[in-house]
Amino acid sequence: MDTLFGITGKDFVITAYDSKAVASITLMKIGEDKSRELNSHSIMLFSGEPGDGVHFSEYIERNVKLYGIRNGIELSPKAVASFARRELADSLRSRKPYSVNLLIGGYDVKTNKPSLYWLDHLASSAEVPFAAHGYGAYYCLSLLDRYHREDITEEEGVKLLQKCIQELRSRMILNMPDFVAKVVNKDGIRIVQL
Amino acid sequence: MSIMEYNGGAVVAMVGKNCVAIACDKRLGVQAMTISTEFKKTFQVTPKTYIGLPGLATDVQTLAEKFRFKVNMYKLREEREIEPKTLAHLVSSTLYERRFGPWFVEPVIAGLDKENRPFICSTDLIGCINFAKDFVVSGTTSNQLFGMCESLWEPDLEPEELFETISQSLMNAVDRDCLSGWGAEVTVITPDKIITRTLRTRQD
Repeated sequence: MDTLFGITGKDFVITAYDSKAVASITLMKIGEDKSRELNSHSIMLFSGEPGDGVHFSEYIERNVKLYGIRNGIELSPKAVASFARRELADSLRSRKPYSVNLLIGGYDVKTNKPSLYWLDHLASSAEVPFAAHGYGAYYCLSLLDRYHREDITEEEGVKLLQKCIQELRSRMILNMPDFVAKVVNKDGIRIVQL
Repeated sequence: MSIMEYNGGAVVAMVGKNCVAIACDKRLGVQAMTISTEFKKTFQVTPKTYIGLPGLATDVQTLAEKFRFKVNMYKLREEREIEPKTLAHLVSSTLYERRFGPWFVEPVIAGLDKENRPFICSTDLIGCINFAKDFVVSGTTSNQLFGMCESLWEPDLEPEELFETISQSLMNAVDRDCLSGWGAEVTVITPDKIITRTLRTRQD
Protein backbone atom coordinates (compact mmCIF):
# COMPACT_ATOMS: atom_id res chain seq x y z
CA MET A 1 0.00 0.00 0.00
CA ASP A 2 1.25 3.47 -0.79
CA THR A 3 2.51 5.86 1.83
CA LEU A 4 2.00 9.61 1.86
CA PHE A 5 3.46 12.21 4.23
CA GLY A 6 2.79 15.87 4.85
CA ILE A 7 4.43 18.35 7.24
CA THR A 8 3.67 22.04 7.70
CA GLY A 9 6.29 24.50 8.86
CA LYS A 10 6.33 28.22 9.50
CA ASP A 11 6.07 29.27 5.85
CA PHE A 12 5.95 26.05 3.83
CA VAL A 13 4.45 22.56 3.50
CA ILE A 14 6.49 19.49 2.61
CA THR A 15 4.69 16.54 1.08
CA ALA A 16 6.16 13.20 0.10
CA TYR A 17 4.98 10.03 -1.61
CA ASP A 18 6.64 6.73 -2.37
CA SER A 19 7.04 6.41 -6.13
CA LYS A 20 6.06 2.75 -6.40
CA ALA A 21 3.28 1.49 -8.64
CA VAL A 22 2.18 -1.93 -7.45
CA ALA A 23 -0.40 -4.43 -8.66
CA SER A 24 -1.20 -6.85 -5.84
CA ILE A 25 2.22 -8.30 -4.87
CA THR A 26 4.10 -7.21 -7.99
CA LEU A 27 6.10 -4.01 -8.29
CA MET A 28 5.19 -2.67 -11.73
CA LYS A 29 7.11 0.59 -11.82
CA ILE A 30 9.32 2.98 -9.88
CA GLY A 31 8.90 6.65 -10.68
CA GLU A 32 5.11 6.85 -10.51
CA ASP A 33 3.76 10.35 -9.89
CA LYS A 34 1.25 10.27 -7.04
CA SER A 35 0.73 14.02 -6.91
CA ARG A 36 -1.02 16.65 -8.98
CA GLU A 37 -0.42 20.39 -8.84
CA LEU A 38 -3.88 21.91 -8.46
CA ASN A 39 -2.74 25.49 -8.97
CA SER A 40 0.44 27.48 -8.43
CA HIS A 41 0.30 27.10 -4.65
CA SER A 42 -1.55 23.89 -3.85
CA ILE A 43 -0.75 20.26 -4.36
CA MET A 44 -2.73 17.05 -3.95
CA LEU A 45 -1.23 13.66 -3.07
CA PHE A 46 -3.36 10.57 -3.53
CA SER A 47 -3.30 6.89 -2.62
CA GLY A 48 -5.76 4.04 -2.80
CA GLU A 49 -7.38 2.49 -5.87
CA PRO A 50 -4.84 3.30 -8.63
CA GLY A 51 -7.17 4.46 -11.40
CA ASP A 52 -9.43 6.35 -9.00
CA GLY A 53 -6.56 8.44 -7.64
CA VAL A 54 -5.44 9.71 -11.03
CA HIS A 55 -8.98 10.27 -12.27
CA PHE A 56 -10.21 12.06 -9.16
CA SER A 57 -7.14 14.27 -8.67
CA GLU A 58 -7.09 15.30 -12.33
CA TYR A 59 -10.79 16.10 -12.16
CA ILE A 60 -10.16 18.34 -9.13
CA GLU A 61 -7.02 19.82 -10.74
CA ARG A 62 -8.85 20.84 -13.90
CA ASN A 63 -11.80 22.34 -12.05
CA VAL A 64 -9.49 24.28 -9.72
CA LYS A 65 -7.49 25.56 -12.72
CA LEU A 66 -10.72 26.44 -14.56
CA TYR A 67 -11.84 28.46 -11.55
CA GLY A 68 -8.55 30.36 -11.62
CA ILE A 69 -8.87 31.14 -15.34
CA ARG A 70 -12.55 32.13 -15.14
CA ASN A 71 -12.26 34.37 -12.11
CA GLY A 72 -8.71 35.64 -12.41
CA ILE A 73 -8.06 34.64 -8.80
CA GLU A 74 -6.81 31.32 -7.52
CA LEU A 75 -8.68 29.26 -4.93
CA SER A 76 -7.04 29.23 -1.49
CA PRO A 77 -5.86 25.86 -0.12
CA LYS A 78 -8.84 25.85 2.24
CA ALA A 79 -11.24 26.37 -0.67
CA VAL A 80 -9.51 23.64 -2.67
CA ALA A 81 -9.81 21.22 0.26
CA SER A 82 -13.50 22.06 0.79
CA PHE A 83 -14.20 21.56 -2.91
CA ALA A 84 -12.35 18.23 -3.03
CA ARG A 85 -14.08 17.06 0.15
CA ARG A 86 -17.53 17.83 -1.18
CA GLU A 87 -16.83 16.06 -4.50
CA LEU A 88 -15.54 13.02 -2.62
CA ALA A 89 -18.47 13.08 -0.16
CA ASP A 90 -21.01 13.21 -2.99
CA SER A 91 -19.22 10.34 -4.70
CA LEU A 92 -19.22 8.33 -1.45
CA ARG A 93 -22.99 7.94 -1.58
CA SER A 94 -23.12 7.25 -5.33
CA ARG A 95 -23.23 3.87 -7.06
CA LYS A 96 -19.44 3.64 -7.46
CA PRO A 97 -17.54 5.80 -4.97
CA TYR A 98 -13.95 6.92 -5.53
CA SER A 99 -11.64 4.99 -3.23
CA VAL A 100 -8.90 7.54 -2.62
CA ASN A 101 -7.08 8.98 0.36
CA LEU A 102 -5.78 12.51 -0.09
CA LEU A 103 -3.35 15.00 1.36
CA ILE A 104 -3.79 18.56 0.18
CA GLY A 105 -0.94 20.93 0.91
CA GLY A 106 -0.96 24.59 0.07
CA TYR A 107 0.35 28.04 0.77
CA ASP A 108 -2.22 30.82 1.06
CA VAL A 109 -0.66 33.83 -0.68
CA LYS A 110 -3.27 36.19 0.86
CA THR A 111 -2.70 35.30 4.52
CA ASN A 112 0.88 34.00 4.02
CA LYS A 113 0.01 30.80 5.89
CA PRO A 114 0.79 27.23 4.87
CA SER A 115 -1.85 24.56 5.45
CA LEU A 116 -2.21 20.83 5.15
CA TYR A 117 -5.49 18.90 4.85
CA TRP A 118 -5.94 15.19 5.54
CA LEU A 119 -8.83 13.49 3.74
CA ASP A 120 -9.67 9.80 3.81
CA HIS A 121 -11.69 7.73 1.35
CA LEU A 122 -14.89 8.48 3.31
CA ALA A 123 -14.28 12.22 2.75
CA SER A 124 -13.57 13.09 6.38
CA SER A 125 -11.40 16.18 6.24
CA ALA A 126 -9.16 17.73 8.88
CA GLU A 127 -6.63 20.52 8.86
CA VAL A 128 -3.53 19.15 10.55
CA PRO A 129 0.06 20.18 11.34
CA PHE A 130 1.35 16.86 9.98
CA ALA A 131 -0.26 13.80 8.43
CA ALA A 132 0.40 10.40 6.92
CA HIS A 133 -1.60 7.89 4.89
CA GLY A 134 -1.16 4.18 4.34
CA TYR A 135 0.72 1.61 6.40
CA GLY A 136 3.53 4.14 6.82
CA ALA A 137 1.20 6.15 9.06
CA TYR A 138 1.23 3.41 11.71
CA TYR A 139 5.04 3.59 11.92
CA CYS A 140 5.64 7.30 11.45
CA LEU A 141 2.87 9.28 13.18
CA SER A 142 4.66 8.73 16.48
CA LEU A 143 7.91 10.10 15.03
CA LEU A 144 6.11 13.10 13.57
CA ASP A 145 4.34 13.66 16.89
CA ARG A 146 7.65 13.61 18.77
CA TYR A 147 9.77 15.78 16.46
CA HIS A 148 7.32 18.15 14.76
CA ARG A 149 7.22 21.78 15.88
CA GLU A 150 5.11 24.63 14.56
CA ASP A 151 8.19 26.69 13.64
CA ILE A 152 10.17 23.87 12.01
CA THR A 153 12.51 24.99 9.19
CA GLU A 154 12.61 23.44 5.74
CA GLU A 155 15.91 21.64 6.41
CA GLU A 156 14.54 20.24 9.68
CA GLY A 157 11.39 19.18 7.85
CA VAL A 158 13.40 17.29 5.26
CA LYS A 159 15.48 15.69 8.06
CA LEU A 160 12.25 14.60 9.77
CA LEU A 161 10.99 13.05 6.56
CA GLN A 162 14.26 11.19 6.18
CA LYS A 163 13.82 9.87 9.74
CA CYS A 164 10.36 8.60 8.81
CA ILE A 165 11.62 6.90 5.65
CA GLN A 166 14.52 5.34 7.58
CA GLU A 167 11.97 3.92 10.04
CA LEU A 168 9.94 2.43 7.18
CA ARG A 169 13.05 0.88 5.65
CA SER A 170 14.00 -0.78 8.93
CA ARG A 171 10.55 -1.88 10.12
CA MET A 172 8.31 -2.55 7.14
CA ILE A 173 8.35 -5.91 5.39
CA LEU A 174 7.78 -4.22 2.06
CA ASN A 175 10.88 -2.54 0.75
CA MET A 176 10.48 1.17 0.42
CA PRO A 177 12.44 2.53 -2.54
CA ASP A 178 12.68 6.21 -3.26
CA PHE A 179 10.34 8.86 -1.97
CA VAL A 180 9.62 12.04 -3.89
CA ALA A 181 9.22 15.17 -1.78
CA LYS A 182 7.60 18.38 -2.94
CA VAL A 183 7.68 21.69 -1.08
CA VAL A 184 5.02 24.37 -1.37
CA ASN A 185 5.96 27.88 -0.23
CA LYS A 186 5.38 31.48 -1.29
CA ASP A 187 7.35 30.92 -4.51
CA GLY A 188 5.25 27.92 -5.60
CA ILE A 189 5.88 24.19 -5.79
CA ARG A 190 9.24 22.48 -6.23
CA ILE A 191 10.77 19.02 -5.84
CA VAL A 192 13.36 18.55 -3.09
CA GLN A 193 15.92 15.80 -2.85
CA LEU A 194 15.55 13.50 0.14
CA MET B 1 -16.63 -2.81 14.29
CA SER B 2 -19.61 -0.50 13.92
CA ILE B 3 -19.46 2.42 11.51
CA MET B 4 -20.75 4.64 14.35
CA GLU B 5 -17.50 3.89 16.21
CA TYR B 6 -15.12 4.36 13.28
CA ASN B 7 -14.02 7.93 14.10
CA GLY B 8 -15.06 8.19 17.77
CA GLY B 9 -16.43 11.23 19.58
CA ALA B 10 -18.78 12.35 22.32
CA VAL B 11 -21.39 15.06 22.78
CA VAL B 12 -23.44 15.93 25.86
CA ALA B 13 -26.02 18.64 26.61
CA MET B 14 -27.53 19.74 29.93
CA VAL B 15 -30.29 22.01 31.18
CA GLY B 16 -29.62 24.60 33.89
CA LYS B 17 -31.61 27.46 35.42
CA ASN B 18 -32.52 29.65 32.41
CA CYS B 19 -29.51 28.27 30.56
CA VAL B 20 -28.31 25.23 28.65
CA ALA B 21 -24.87 23.79 28.00
CA ILE B 22 -23.48 21.61 25.22
CA ALA B 23 -20.04 20.03 25.13
CA CYS B 24 -18.02 17.83 22.79
CA ASP B 25 -14.59 16.21 22.65
CA LYS B 26 -12.12 17.18 19.92
CA ARG B 27 -10.67 13.88 18.72
CA LEU B 28 -10.81 12.64 15.15
CA GLY B 29 -9.49 9.12 14.75
CA VAL B 30 -9.52 6.22 12.37
CA GLN B 31 -10.28 3.41 14.80
CA ALA B 32 -7.36 3.49 17.28
CA MET B 33 -5.20 5.96 15.30
CA THR B 34 -5.66 9.63 16.21
CA ILE B 35 -5.55 11.95 13.21
CA SER B 36 -6.53 15.32 14.65
CA THR B 37 -7.16 16.84 18.07
CA GLU B 38 -8.94 19.91 16.73
CA PHE B 39 -12.05 18.27 15.31
CA LYS B 40 -15.03 19.99 16.93
CA LYS B 41 -18.45 18.40 16.76
CA THR B 42 -20.71 21.24 17.94
CA PHE B 43 -21.92 23.97 15.62
CA GLN B 44 -23.82 27.21 16.22
CA VAL B 45 -27.03 27.30 14.20
CA THR B 46 -28.70 30.43 15.56
CA PRO B 47 -27.56 33.03 18.14
CA LYS B 48 -29.11 30.87 20.90
CA THR B 49 -29.06 27.33 19.47
CA TYR B 50 -26.26 24.79 19.01
CA ILE B 51 -26.23 21.38 17.40
CA GLY B 52 -23.78 18.60 18.24
CA LEU B 53 -23.10 15.89 15.67
CA PRO B 54 -21.12 12.91 16.92
CA GLY B 55 -20.72 9.93 14.63
CA LEU B 56 -19.03 9.21 11.29
CA ALA B 57 -16.77 12.24 10.61
CA THR B 58 -17.67 12.57 6.93
CA ASP B 59 -21.37 12.74 7.79
CA VAL B 60 -20.65 15.16 10.66
CA GLN B 61 -19.15 17.56 8.12
CA THR B 62 -21.73 16.95 5.39
CA LEU B 63 -24.66 17.39 7.79
CA ALA B 64 -23.15 20.48 9.45
CA GLU B 65 -23.09 22.07 5.98
CA LYS B 66 -26.56 20.74 5.13
CA PHE B 67 -28.09 22.13 8.33
CA ARG B 68 -26.39 25.49 7.84
CA PHE B 69 -27.99 25.65 4.40
CA LYS B 70 -31.43 24.58 5.63
CA VAL B 71 -31.39 26.98 8.59
CA ASN B 72 -30.33 29.87 6.31
CA MET B 73 -33.19 29.03 3.91
CA TYR B 74 -35.62 28.90 6.85
CA LYS B 75 -34.42 32.31 8.02
CA LEU B 76 -34.90 33.85 4.55
CA ARG B 77 -38.38 32.37 4.15
CA GLU B 78 -39.67 33.11 7.66
CA GLU B 79 -37.67 36.28 8.39
CA ARG B 80 -36.92 35.03 11.90
CA GLU B 81 -34.55 32.61 13.61
CA ILE B 82 -35.56 28.95 13.83
CA GLU B 83 -36.75 27.77 17.26
CA PRO B 84 -34.79 24.90 18.84
CA LYS B 85 -37.88 22.69 18.83
CA THR B 86 -38.49 23.40 15.14
CA LEU B 87 -34.83 22.64 14.46
CA ALA B 88 -35.25 19.30 16.21
CA HIS B 89 -38.04 18.38 13.81
CA LEU B 90 -36.04 19.65 10.83
CA VAL B 91 -33.13 17.45 11.91
CA SER B 92 -35.46 14.52 12.48
CA SER B 93 -37.06 14.69 9.04
CA THR B 94 -33.68 15.27 7.34
CA LEU B 95 -32.42 12.05 8.91
CA TYR B 96 -35.59 10.05 8.29
CA GLU B 97 -35.41 11.02 4.60
CA ARG B 98 -32.46 8.59 4.49
CA ARG B 99 -34.29 5.84 6.42
CA PHE B 100 -32.75 2.93 4.52
CA GLY B 101 -29.28 4.38 3.91
CA PRO B 102 -28.81 6.66 6.88
CA TRP B 103 -26.40 9.44 7.80
CA PHE B 104 -24.32 7.90 10.57
CA VAL B 105 -24.72 10.64 13.19
CA GLU B 106 -26.73 10.95 16.38
CA PRO B 107 -27.41 14.67 16.78
CA VAL B 108 -27.86 16.61 20.02
CA ILE B 109 -29.64 19.97 20.03
CA ALA B 110 -29.40 22.56 22.81
CA GLY B 111 -30.79 26.07 22.88
CA LEU B 112 -33.06 28.68 24.39
CA ASP B 113 -36.42 29.35 22.73
CA LYS B 114 -37.95 32.78 22.13
CA GLU B 115 -39.11 33.01 25.77
CA ASN B 116 -35.58 31.94 26.82
CA ARG B 117 -36.82 28.58 28.09
CA PRO B 118 -34.12 25.90 27.93
CA PHE B 119 -34.53 23.15 25.34
CA ILE B 120 -32.43 20.04 24.77
CA CYS B 121 -33.01 16.89 22.78
CA SER B 122 -31.18 14.17 20.95
CA THR B 123 -32.12 11.91 18.07
CA ASP B 124 -30.92 8.57 16.81
CA LEU B 125 -29.39 8.14 13.34
CA ILE B 126 -32.77 7.85 11.62
CA GLY B 127 -34.31 10.82 13.39
CA CYS B 128 -36.26 9.44 16.37
CA ILE B 129 -36.36 12.40 18.78
CA ASN B 130 -35.68 12.04 22.49
CA PHE B 131 -36.84 15.11 24.44
CA ALA B 132 -35.29 15.44 27.88
CA LYS B 133 -35.73 17.75 30.85
CA ASP B 134 -32.30 17.09 32.39
CA PHE B 135 -29.49 15.95 30.04
CA VAL B 136 -28.86 14.10 26.78
CA VAL B 137 -25.77 12.17 25.71
CA SER B 138 -24.51 10.84 22.40
CA GLY B 139 -21.52 9.27 20.70
CA THR B 140 -19.14 6.43 21.56
CA THR B 141 -18.94 7.62 25.19
CA SER B 142 -22.71 7.63 25.77
CA ASN B 143 -22.71 4.85 28.41
CA GLN B 144 -20.02 6.55 30.49
CA LEU B 145 -21.73 9.92 30.03
CA PHE B 146 -25.04 8.54 31.29
CA GLY B 147 -23.28 7.42 34.46
CA MET B 148 -21.49 10.71 35.03
CA CYS B 149 -24.50 12.90 34.24
CA GLU B 150 -26.82 10.79 36.38
CA SER B 151 -24.57 11.31 39.41
CA LEU B 152 -23.46 14.95 38.91
CA TRP B 153 -26.48 16.71 37.40
CA GLU B 154 -29.03 18.45 39.64
CA PRO B 155 -31.93 20.80 38.83
CA ASP B 156 -31.60 24.61 38.57
CA LEU B 157 -27.84 24.96 38.14
CA GLU B 158 -26.58 28.50 37.49
CA PRO B 159 -24.46 29.00 34.31
CA GLU B 160 -21.08 28.66 36.07
CA GLU B 161 -22.22 25.62 38.07
CA LEU B 162 -23.61 24.09 34.90
CA PHE B 163 -20.28 24.67 33.15
CA GLU B 164 -18.46 22.83 35.93
CA THR B 165 -20.97 19.97 35.96
CA ILE B 166 -20.95 19.37 32.22
CA SER B 167 -17.16 19.73 32.01
CA GLN B 168 -16.51 17.23 34.80
CA SER B 169 -19.11 14.83 33.36
CA LEU B 170 -17.52 14.92 29.91
CA MET B 171 -13.89 14.79 31.03
CA ASN B 172 -14.38 11.87 33.38
CA ALA B 173 -16.50 10.00 30.86
CA VAL B 174 -14.07 10.32 27.93
CA ASP B 175 -11.18 9.12 30.11
CA ARG B 176 -12.90 5.72 30.09
CA ASP B 177 -13.24 5.70 26.27
CA CYS B 178 -10.27 5.12 23.92
CA LEU B 179 -12.08 6.69 20.97
CA SER B 180 -12.89 10.06 22.56
CA GLY B 181 -11.07 12.81 24.40
CA TRP B 182 -7.94 14.78 23.43
CA GLY B 183 -9.44 18.09 24.56
CA ALA B 184 -12.99 19.32 24.79
CA GLU B 185 -15.12 22.35 23.96
CA VAL B 186 -17.90 23.49 26.28
CA THR B 187 -20.56 26.08 25.41
CA VAL B 188 -23.00 27.57 27.92
CA ILE B 189 -25.95 29.45 26.42
CA THR B 190 -27.63 32.08 28.64
CA PRO B 191 -30.27 34.66 27.65
CA ASP B 192 -27.71 37.46 27.31
CA LYS B 193 -24.46 35.73 26.39
CA ILE B 194 -22.76 32.61 25.12
CA ILE B 195 -19.70 31.32 26.95
CA THR B 196 -17.41 28.99 24.98
CA ARG B 197 -14.38 27.48 26.67
CA THR B 198 -11.80 24.96 25.51
CA LEU B 199 -10.71 22.31 28.01
CA ARG B 200 -7.29 20.67 27.88
CA THR B 201 -8.07 17.29 29.50
CA ARG B 202 -5.79 14.23 29.52
CA GLN B 203 -3.80 13.83 26.31
CA ASP B 204 -3.69 10.06 25.97
